Amino acid sequence: MLWACLRFPQLAFDALRGTLPNTPGAFAVVAGPAQRRGIVFANAAARGAGVRAGQAIATAQALCPHLCLLARDPAAEQQALGAFATLAWRYSSDIHLREPDAVLLEVGASLKLFDGWPALERRLRDEIARSGFACRIAAAPTACAAQVLTFAHDGIALTTTAVLQGALAQLPLAQGGLESATVTALHGMGLRTLGDLFRLPRAELARRTGPAALLHLDRLRGHLAEACPRWQPPARFARRLEFESAAHSTTALAFPLQRLLRELELFLLARDGGVQHFVLVLGHERGASTRVAVGLLAPQRDAAHLLELARVRLERIALPAPVYSLALQVDELPPLTPPHRDLFDTRAQGGLDWPALAERLRARLGDGALHGLACVADHRPTHAWRHTPLDPAAPATRDATAPAPTANRPFWLLPQPLVLRTAPQRILAGPERIESGWWDAHDQRRDYYVVELRGGQRAWAFTEAGSRQHWTLHGWFA
Amino acid sequence: MFTSTADLFALDSLPASTAWPVAAPATTPASAPASVPAARNTAALDTVLRHPGIWRRRAPGTSALATQPSGHAALDALLPGGGWPRGALCELLVEHDGLGECSLLLPTLAALTQARRRVVLVAPPYVPYAPALAAAGVDLRHVVQIDAAHTDTHWTAEQCLRSGCCGAVLDWLPRSDYRELRRLQLAAESSGTLGFVFRPLAAADQASPCALRLRITTAMNGTQFELLKCRGRLGGATSLRLRA
Repeated sequence: MLWACLRFPQLAFDALRGTLPNTPGAFAVVAGPAQRRGIVFANAAARGAGVRAGQAIATAQALCPHLCLLARDPAAEQQALGAFATLAWRYSSDIHLREPDAVLLEVGASLKLFDGWPALERRLRDEIARSGFACRIAAAPTACAAQVLTFAHDGIALTTTAVLQGALAQLPLAQGGLESATVTALHGMGLRTLGDLFRLPRAELARRTGPAALLHLDRLRGHLAEACPRWQPPARFARRLEFESAAHSTTALAFPLQRLLRELELFLLARDGGVQHFVLVLGHERGASTRVAVGLLAPQRDAAHLLELARVRLERIALPAPVYSLALQVDELPPLTPPHRDLFDTRAQGGLDWPALAERLRARLGDGALHGLACVADHRPTHAWRHTPLDPAAPATRDATAPAPTANRPFWLLPQPLVLRTAPQRILAGPERIESGWWDAHDQRRDYYVVELRGGQRAWAFTEAGSRQHWTLHGWFA
Repeated sequence: MFTSTADLFALDSLPASTAWPVAAPATTPASAPASVPAARNTAALDTVLRHPGIWRRRAPGTSALATQPSGHAALDALLPGGGWPRGALCELLVEHDGLGECSLLLPTLAALTQARRRVVLVAPPYVPYAPALAAAGVDLRHVVQIDAAHTDTHWTAEQCLRSGCCGAVLDWLPRSDYRELRRLQLAAESSGTLGFVFRPLAAADQASPCALRLRITTAMNGTQFELLKCRGRLGGATSLRLRA
């Protein structure tokens, strides 16, 4: 087992930074009950002026008059930590969140796939750096030790328990992850490093520090297994972007939409899933909103493709009011099966494959515009066919219940039979008695004829059974 | 008349990469045995001249046109290359419904769908009757019907023709002008798809960029098919009668 710990020492500040104007200056994050609010984090400029975590606000402001105070946002921190867990999900399935600021992942099983720990660490750092968060990374055979090591080192990797023991023994007590009261007490006894603690007999140590610290020391060294719930990626995706100024046209929404869909693509990549149905919610003033649903024939993941389809749908709606926010919601994440392609595909340059073409047509013409055709085993002409939904995943076998094809049927069937004013010029074939449907209230008793009309048109017409008057046109032999 | 001439000599559609071979210089001594460069140049010239955009008077049946047999021997004999031209638009000008104009295509559609190529019907005027299609051997799994408002039919047809993933695209375009048809013709050319456009007979007088124009009218006993225009064809009969 090799555990990697990603710790975000500035999480409280970094999570808020997205909302700040990008200016240098002294910033501090404050939290606590209303009467006793205190500094929880100070950035480099503030620290230079002497501001430290744990100070009262008044003290900090006295030290640094231009200090800009920010209220801590636990929800934003949670969300950021969740995003990093999603990122880590691509490299390991065994992930734990350690409040308030760390993500632990078991990488021992992934090392071979990702070319060893140095390469994996580089990938993690690159991806975290893109988000702009400060991060410390350490790897150790136990989760607890990995987390503790990030306090003292950045980028350290200890792969064997023996090396870990030695490194832990040299750690000062203050960085050992113990309660601060315990650390103070142990300092008073003249103990300085974790090594000093390890050398003490267990029973005496337990009497002085209590069972919790002993448990911690056992977990550090791997004497005791840790059991904590695994993190699971969320089952749905919902992101919302607020705009600085109102968007008055759908074209102005293209850019934020692209950003949301890119995030969705990364999320889907990590989940190894696709999306078949998503909803765009355009927020207006006073809580009003417009919902645009986008449905696809098959699950998709490609952001560029999703963007094209969503944009066409957006272009076809009229905005009732200026838009102030855009949200993307996905409730279902079906598994993605990549489409099969012919190895020697002979498609022309710039051509589309059928799923892409079908999606493009559906986006413009509407979800119900494309149909397949199928025969139905029924004698009545109006019931002998049906539209079928297009399904790219449909099994490629012929419907076993489809009837044997009957000869002498017209190419066109009129959706509504048409009464013929005059009798046909010539009867070419018939009558064919079709009498059926007494069970479903669409009872029919008709004699069908192939007839030729004036002008040489060949048609399929019927009369009431047994009569040769009142001709009704039902199809064209086109 | 002018358009058909322009189409026959569509030199501008020559592949750009094919260099025009230079004729052997006149100063070559006549006694030179088996002038190799000259032979190579003749071969190169032949490959250039085999381009379907260039028409040369020669024996029929040797055309390099890519075609799809229509399934009717009499019609195939009439069409250069022995079938519907691939990568081109065929215009069917129909006098009335019910003259067998769609059934004419059924063997083609059956062959295409059985080869697992997709056939798309864009905005058909009536219900394409599935039992009739199945009886003609059309594999309905590869038939797609697209409902489109009349403002969207051209766009839909162009998308289908251009995509290259359809074997044949059938459009019913009662109102369309030269420019719109030209777009469809170019889309068909770019992807090599078979395109069929059904238009009313009144449109026969208008100029059309389609590679093939077939007029379908009522005759004494049967249906008369007359070639109004056909790329790559010279002389011979232009009409046939089916369905006597």
